[in-house]
Amino acid sequence: MTKPPAFDEMTLPDGSVRSVYENVDKWLREAAADRLDLKRREADTIFRRLGITFSVYTEGGDPERLIPFDIIPRVFGAEEWARLSAGCVQRVQGINAFIRDIYHDQEILRAGVVPSEQVLKNDQFRPEMSGIEVPRDIYAHIVGIDMVRTGENEFYVLEDNARTPSGVAYMLENREVMMRLFPELFAGQRIAPVDTYATELLRTLSSVAPSGASNPTIAVLTPGIFNSAYFEHAFLAEGMGVELVEGQDLFVEDKKVYMRTPAGPKRVDVLYRRIDDSFLDPQAFRPDSVLGVPGLMSAYRAGNINVANAVGTGISDDKSIYTYMPEIIRFYLGEEPILNNVPTFSCRNDEDCKYVLAHLDELVVKEVHGSGGYGMLIGPTSTKEQREEFAKRIKATPHVYIAQPTLALSTCPTFVDSGVAPRHVDLRPFVLSGDQVRMVPGGLTRVALPEGSLVVNSSQGGGTKDTWVLEG
Amino acid sequence: MLSRTADNLYWMGRYIERSENNARILDVAHRMSLLPSLTGEHRTEWQSAITISGGEAHFAEHYGTPNETNAVYYMTLDRDNSSSIYSCLRAARENCRAIRHAVPTEVWEAVNTTWFEIRDMTQNRLLSRGAQQFYDWVKERSSLFRGVTVGTMLQDDSFHFARLGTFLERGDNTARILDVKFHVLLPMGEQIGGALDYYQWTALLRSVSALRNYRRVFGSEVVPSRVAQLLILMEAMPRSLHHCQAEIVTHLDALGVAYGQRHECHRMAGEAHAKLRFGKIEHIFDVGLHEYLTDYIERNANLGVQIAKDFLLTREPVIAEPASQGQTPGMQTQTMGGMSQTQSG
Repeated sequence: MTKPPAFDEMTLPDGSVRSVYENVDKWLREAAADRLDLKRREADTIFRRLGITFSVYTEGGDPERLIPFDIIPRVFGAEEWARLSAGCVQRVQGINAFIRDIYHDQEILRAGVVPSEQVLKNDQFRPEMSGIEVPRDIYAHIVGIDMVRTGENEFYVLEDNARTPSGVAYMLENREVMMRLFPELFAGQRIAPVDTYATELLRTLSSVAPSGASNPTIAVLTPGIFNSAYFEHAFLAEGMGVELVEGQDLFVEDKKVYMRTPAGPKRVDVLYRRIDDSFLDPQAFRPDSVLGVPGLMSAYRAGNINVANAVGTGISDDKSIYTYMPEIIRFYLGEEPILNNVPTFSCRNDEDCKYVLAHLDELVVKEVHGSGGYGMLIGPTSTKEQREEFAKRIKATPHVYIAQPTLALSTCPTFVDSGVAPRHVDLRPFVLSGDQVRMVPGGLTRVALPEGSLVVNSSQGGGTKDTWVLEG
Repeated sequence: MLSRTADNLYWMGRYIERSENNARILDVAHRMSLLPSLTGEHRTEWQSAITISGGEAHFAEHYGTPNETNAVYYMTLDRDNSSSIYSCLRAARENCRAIRHAVPTEVWEAVNTTWFEIRDMTQNRLLSRGAQQFYDWVKERSSLFRGVTVGTMLQDDSFHFARLGTFLERGDNTARILDVKFHVLLPMGEQIGGALDYYQWTALLRSVSALRNYRRVFGSEVVPSRVAQLLILMEAMPRSLHHCQAEIVTHLDALGVAYGQRHECHRMAGEAHAKLRFGKIEHIFDVGLHEYLTDYIERNANLGVQIAKDFLLTREPVIAEPASQGQTPGMQTQTMGGMSQTQSG
């Protein structure tokens, strides 16, 4: 099987440069290689000094590793961005309508658009949320949408992240570092700023405070310093000028949530939590959780605090629900989806399972609940042994696996040991929902640094790039 | 601000100060070890250094008899000693890391850079560089920390908690240094007021950067009661008990104003301050210097416990064991790894 050539975002097959990359191309041709290398090392130093590191639990070595940063930016034009962001906004509106429906009338189940058992028997379904009213009917306040590009106008959503998506701090720091290293690049063209994100996030969170809180107190709830995304939690709290709290800093009295301060208890109105549902409140979920706040759910149910994202949003971004997303958008919004879904084979379905087992060398196989690029088989680059191993696993627990065709992910010029070479990328833009839907023009571009690799996850050696949206 | 943030700021201040104090203790031990032995007996400098740091029992269990090599290692790089310079700088950095968003970048960078340097330090490199140079480095890093703290932090409640940590720790340390001189250093048969005694007092003054100050105030003759006067009662002397206590009161008062409430810790600090402010050195010697200092160390530790109760994490503190004769109480410790800080005086 021959692999289709990947779409390169800078250089077209005839050698011409796409217009949005003209400045980058010129810069790359004029800059001396040793200067770029120097800048690359400077970037590392800045990241290390600022303490922007990433903890990886599963391996030895330096527990505070740097995510490799590539100094060559990825560029979107104003028009392609407009279409892409419209697609993201549409998708998130569908997601919020779906979650509200699932925890209220379940019309979509009664209409048979999504099979009931896929929702009601799903681990991510939280019956505790049924009938609870949340401010503005918004559940997924912050959503990260993972997408890839396969052609000039072809974008596919790989995954929605509607629980506690991370990565936005890298989007912001990457821009900060690029502006420090290459101010001349920014002077030559109009690149849309992203540094308003923290302000937009604060506006979003303030707009969903429980009614009656006129000047709401907002706090970011983190699992603590040993969490891999701790840096981001601190970064966002600082950016918004709000407290970064841990479970031990909060307590519930009379169904109200307070934080402990040296001046006495202070009431909290909105909690931007970066802790999974099951750890949020040991009285409601996992009793062994020491990260959460006992009684939080009772305050939530009483409408005395809002939690972002809401409890139970995992029902919308589960890989088994993903398949239905185009239908979900049509059902609630009455619109055709702007962004494509990747065709997905669900191994719980016998026919799909047979097809998957027969085409393992062409497909990407994932665990339904997996994340971070672990437990994945990438067919075209796998060995016979790996495929046999996966076939065994799929036969043993078919319902755990889904499979998708291997997409020819687009490439971007990337600075690697051998010079500048194309590497595969994906994109995670962030969508904020409150009194309105907000999106800063940009996102986190992840790049698979090894040649030919399609795995962009930072836990598996992926790097990041600054993502530019040119103003029209 | 969160109580936990206040706790981290306070312990960051304490641990940086403690690392500096360790360096000072080792510095004086080193200086004394260079003096001629007048008695021919085995030297006690390293034993005294371990005793000051409060690690006697732990040290004896792991190393036996102190000598220069094992004492220096124990107090500088030993990862199993929670009060070694290495452990202090690590704990300071962990506390600072938890509150990075609450302090200026310069404070974080100072603490973080210090940690990376000590993390990569080995005993061989320490010795080849010269232990003295290493102590100077520790003192310099501590000075840098104090400088960026005072020079860049917003002087609100966060600043007051960091400074409280600094002065509680420093007062404790000065009292320990003075106390140990009286009870450990002088070998049997050696005359109080003899030549060795004189050299030891001089070295002690040097260790708290007070020799020049002493001469400016009292002239060149080094007299024990005047050393005590300088290091206990003189407010203008930055490492004296009086100075530390005055600073503690200042910062607690500022917190009282900021929060509009006063606590038991305010009363305790005020009482201790009054005793130093109106105290006379003759009365201290009447009570007995050792008894006076033991009492101070205990009250200071209790004040730390009370500050934790009144402002910091509302956790049950480990209550101090009473100090026994001839042995200074164990130093305050903060458990590593978690945010739980306990204190035993």
